[in-house]
Amino acid sequence: MQVTRRQFFKICAAGVGSSSLVALGFAPGEALAEVREFKLARASETRSTCPYCSVACGLLVYGVGDKAKNAKTSIIHIEGDPDNPVNRGTLCPKGAGLLDFVHSESRLRFPEYRAAGSNEWQRISWDDAFTRIAKHMKADRDANFVAKNDKGETVNRWLTAGMLASSAASNETGMISAKFVRSLGIVSVDTQARI
Amino acid sequence: MALQSLDIKARSATTTQSPAARKTTEVAKLIDISKCIGCKACQAACMEWNDLRDDIGHNVGVYDNPHDLSDQSWTVMRFSEVEVEQGRLEWLIRKDGCMHCADPGCLKACPSPGAIVQYSNGIVDFHEENCIGCGYCITGCPFNIPRISKKDHKAYKCTLCSDRVGVGLEPACVKTCPTGAIVFGSKADMIHHAEGRITDLKERGYSNAALYDPKGVGGTHVMYVLQHGDKPELYANLPKDPGISPLVGLWKGVTKPLMNLGLGLAVFAGFFHYVTAGPKEVEEEEKTD
Amino acid sequence: MTNHWVDIKNADLIIIMGGNAAEAHPCGFKWVTEAKAHRGAKLVVVDPRFNRSAAVSDYYAPIRPGTDIAFLGGVINYLLSNNKIHEEYVKHYTNAPYLVREDFSFNDGLFSGYDAEKRKYNRDTWDYALGKDGYVEIDETLQNPRCVYQLMKQHYARYTPETVSRVCGTPKEAFLKVAEMIGETSRPDKVMTILYALGWTQHTTGSQNIRTMAMIQLLLGNIGRVGGGVNALRGHSNVQGITDMNLVSGVMPGYLRMAADEEQDFQGFLSKRALKPLRPNQMSYWQNFPKFWVSLAKTFYGKAATKENDFSYHWFPKYDKPYDVLQMFERMHNGQMNGFICQGFNPLAAVPCLQKVSAALSKLKYLVVIDPLSTETAEFWRDHGELNSVDASKIQTEVFRLPANCFAEETGSYTNSGRVLQWHWSAADGPGDAKGDVEIIAGIFTRMRDMYRKEGGAFPEPILNLTWPYSIPDQPSPEELAREFSGKALADVTDPKDPTKVLAKAGEQLASFAHLRDDGSTSSGNWLYCGSWSQAGNLMARRETSDPSGLGFYPNWGFSWPANRRVLYNRANCDVSGKPWDPSRKTIAWDGSKWTGFDVPDMRPDAAPEEDVGPFIMHPDGVGHLFALKGMADGPFPEHYEPFETPLGVNPMHPKNPLVTSNPVSRLFAYDKAQLGKADKFPYVATTYRLTEHYHYWTKNVRINSILQPSQFIEMNEELAKEKGIAHGDTVKVTSNRGYIRAVAVVTKRLRPLDIDGKKVHTIGIPIHWGFIGVAKKGFLANRLTPFVGDATAHTPEFKAFLVNIEKV
Repeated sequence: MQVTRRQFFKICAAGVGSSSLVALGFAPGEALAEVREFKLARASETRSTCPYCSVACGLLVYGVGDKAKNAKTSIIHIEGDPDNPVNRGTLCPKGAGLLDFVHSESRLRFPEYRAAGSNEWQRISWDDAFTRIAKHMKADRDANFVAKNDKGETVNRWLTAGMLASSAASNETGMISAKFVRSLGIVSVDTQARI
Repeated sequence: MALQSLDIKARSATTTQSPAARKTTEVAKLIDISKCIGCKACQAACMEWNDLRDDIGHNVGVYDNPHDLSDQSWTVMRFSEVEVEQGRLEWLIRKDGCMHCADPGCLKACPSPGAIVQYSNGIVDFHEENCIGCGYCITGCPFNIPRISKKDHKAYKCTLCSDRVGVGLEPACVKTCPTGAIVFGSKADMIHHAEGRITDLKERGYSNAALYDPKGVGGTHVMYVLQHGDKPELYANLPKDPGISPLVGLWKGVTKPLMNLGLGLAVFAGFFHYVTAGPKEVEEEEKTD
Repeated sequence: MTNHWVDIKNADLIIIMGGNAAEAHPCGFKWVTEAKAHRGAKLVVVDPRFNRSAAVSDYYAPIRPGTDIAFLGGVINYLLSNNKIHEEYVKHYTNAPYLVREDFSFNDGLFSGYDAEKRKYNRDTWDYALGKDGYVEIDETLQNPRCVYQLMKQHYARYTPETVSRVCGTPKEAFLKVAEMIGETSRPDKVMTILYALGWTQHTTGSQNIRTMAMIQLLLGNIGRVGGGVNALRGHSNVQGITDMNLVSGVMPGYLRMAADEEQDFQGFLSKRALKPLRPNQMSYWQNFPKFWVSLAKTFYGKAATKENDFSYHWFPKYDKPYDVLQMFERMHNGQMNGFICQGFNPLAAVPCLQKVSAALSKLKYLVVIDPLSTETAEFWRDHGELNSVDASKIQTEVFRLPANCFAEETGSYTNSGRVLQWHWSAADGPGDAKGDVEIIAGIFTRMRDMYRKEGGAFPEPILNLTWPYSIPDQPSPEELAREFSGKALADVTDPKDPTKVLAKAGEQLASFAHLRDDGSTSSGNWLYCGSWSQAGNLMARRETSDPSGLGFYPNWGFSWPANRRVLYNRANCDVSGKPWDPSRKTIAWDGSKWTGFDVPDMRPDAAPEEDVGPFIMHPDGVGHLFALKGMADGPFPEHYEPFETPLGVNPMHPKNPLVTSNPVSRLFAYDKAQLGKADKFPYVATTYRLTEHYHYWTKNVRINSILQPSQFIEMNEELAKEKGIAHGDTVKVTSNRGYIRAVAVVTKRLRPLDIDGKKVHTIGIPIHWGFIGVAKKGFLANRLTPFVGDATAHTPEFKAFLVNIEKV
């Protein structure tokens, strides 16, 4: 016999005597409710590495959907990878809260531009962003490149541009960033390793 | 739906005998305070797994945040700076939350059938859809754990991640604990583990190191290893000898098919609360009818 | 780390000093709790605060911020005076017996060669005495007054327990207790590890703080040992990798030092770096520098890098001085820079002296910010009231803000602090139109290259000839880039001992940097990573969990540089005859014909112990350096200097020499010198740090972490609070000579006043995690307070010791 909560409420509200129903073991189906469904049963599981400190804990990243063509994966849960020899499944409060980093309201979604003197962001396309940045950099480099120093020694450097490289970026990003800055002749390069 | 892996051992306000033929392994969580660094990873993992987000509060001059348990914070760290010996500072950090008592005062106090259940593995779980928000569980709890939500007027607390344990996983806080201060397994294994820890602590000069598994509530399924086992109150007032409030004794009879005036009044009081505090939900159900 | 995370479990004594592992690296710290639980190890914490690490320590000793060298110098003195050193190790594996030039000297805080005007040393005298054979002279009895051992003993004799206590404020008995515990590990069967982090680096004596501990570890015979080493617990997930890739001033990937202006000749450049052995039979591994450099040049410029053009030597920029982050912002502040790219970096918050950084950014023509999150830097021009008071209309900098994918949305490798490269896989797409970092850099570069191709411009050759062997030029894949930095054979690579034996065929991935050549027949973007993607595939993605040694090496998990070696200098885990000092902690050993064992030997495999090849193979003398030679800017032996903002006003080690109150060679720009405060107006020491609930300025954007530590606070001791009428939870204003912050006061027993030379010194603790962007409660960026002055060698800013005042508001 299935009794909805509302019906049960009405029965109960009918009078104090209804508690005898309880005493007789009469109760709605929900009273036997199963524990909360295990939410990862068919979620996709991806091995990853925590982006915060250099313990570099192994992660299991769970996404909704089974990666079928029509399913857009959204990350729903992150926990430690028990196979990783260092963290063995554990995570600190930062790692354990990574889900809210992935979905932070502060995540940037589109390329944006702030004009000189302006008080606002303006959404632009990637192509526009890349082209404008490249133009700026080329103009600056062409105007300020130092091929030789005062002593006439070949130095081939560009001093008016600099880059701070991310220490949370991958080695692959590091490789391409190194090729990028050094081929341009940029010497002002630094990373969080310094600070 | 009957429960397969988490057989119910006891249900609040219910007189029928629970199925007792099967016995599942009794589990326990052991919190070794001597290993705890108060990092709050357990709090983060608890929020994340259970889809809870408390308010972003304020610092009020201490590290404890959120400042207390709530419907959104089922576990909090409580930090105590104490000088047990003159000149020797200790920073005792206790993870507070449901102790999953073998003899649960909350369940005994609860007037709503099936709102609180105890599984045969030892977990005491709240089933909020049956909760009437009367708050008797709070009165019944010797550890001051359950909290009523301001949003839905129902009581919430740690489930020991019954949804994880039910599929063979450890609770989220246990898995995440960076230093292994929280461990999980059968209660027998946890007692054995605690013995090893206590030996180590005694060798390091903590002569009163002890396991906290208080008998007044029939033992618990969340236990502590305390460096100062003789003074649990040092750990943010962990009760030395917890027991179920005598008030709850009034409810002892609820599971027996006896009616008396006191019981009837109490049941009425409980349902009255349900009527006044729960109209929103009733209305919602009206709409979907 | 010379060792790695799991190895901490093998230690008998763990010292945490200059760091707070429990707070900043909790999951790595687990191996401390394991060592305690399973080895009976002891944990000692030395820190200005009784912190989260101290909460689970066996012994805690307080110390005044910025006095670590005094403390550790005292430990050296204790070890030498009480004969608590590992004698065989010290004699054979360190330069203790080596003789130093007669003209090297130390006098009242200054080493020989000081130029007060330039604030620099001429380091010529900081060198060995060489014999006629070109090798260093040594005295194995350690008795020669010019040997390193005797010079060191003399140098540190001044650091008595009383002096330590007077300078550091550490009670004498507490210092002696720690020294005694450390001294116990001089026994060959006892090993100590040291875990440090930015608490040592962020000082004007930062590099020397670390060196002092390295010297202690050498004296105790603990480097190269299982459970030992000197272990930097580094910051970001890939800070080790990006350091190895050397996205820093003056160095190319694999720590290949770039050319200075005067190095116009390629062969001279190579030979200066290919260091010749200073003792017979030594490996002096940097002799291979030309192979590493040429392989790197081939990675950059491919076929255009030829023997004839010195492998494009002049296409790499040359350096006239370091261009580190402080130098950059100094130049930007002086209007000498036009453009700037911040990739996952928030300098408005992360660089000291916010006011200077903000003014500097305002002078740029264009700023490009690449980040997954909104940052203060990208919005430096926006008025946020008191928290960022600026007038946007007056700031002419154009800003581009580009959304990057985060870790979960990209594929690639990170190198952890223990030097292990681990591969990770993308789990989902980024939000909106976000792109990966690689794609963003490629997008800018390919457009610039197209413009140079079409329009020409200044020195286009390196841009047009940069190799770009990616199947989709705008989207280089992580796999392509990983194979590129690992390296491949461009022609068949043969065995030098047997030219008929082909080690790698043309086009194949190389197995090891031992296969790199200096003739242009190999390429490798980073020699240290060579072999990480070999013919066997992507070794960084390995996930085997077996651990045959039981010591936690996990040799088939990921790839550990160099050469998959898990503990550096592991030859030193054995005695001179090649047997492990402690058989229960064996890594490698000499089996009569070769070195073999659980780890990859850090030694020529067939170098018999009788050959006396030193374990420190990168050094030309093969030994560990108690005397640093010319490597450090501020002296071959560490010496205590006060922080640039000192509560004492003088250096108690040298009260009569004002030149050496603070580090005499730290670079200090005129603007910043004027910003320094003095103890009369700013009587309290302040130190900044992280909390375990937060990560720098990221997690204030993360709801869970913002719940756990919602709003800005500072910490102060009960005595000072009482004196100032400040109670728990009161709002206070903390002011330095550069600015102020307001925060809630956490009044605690965990900070205590220290007695320094009869003067009471209070320390104010300042966590750094709040700012004007994010979901956490808004707060003041803590770098409004911090001084813009850095370490003499590494130029790391002095965030850990400066002066403030505090008042209730």
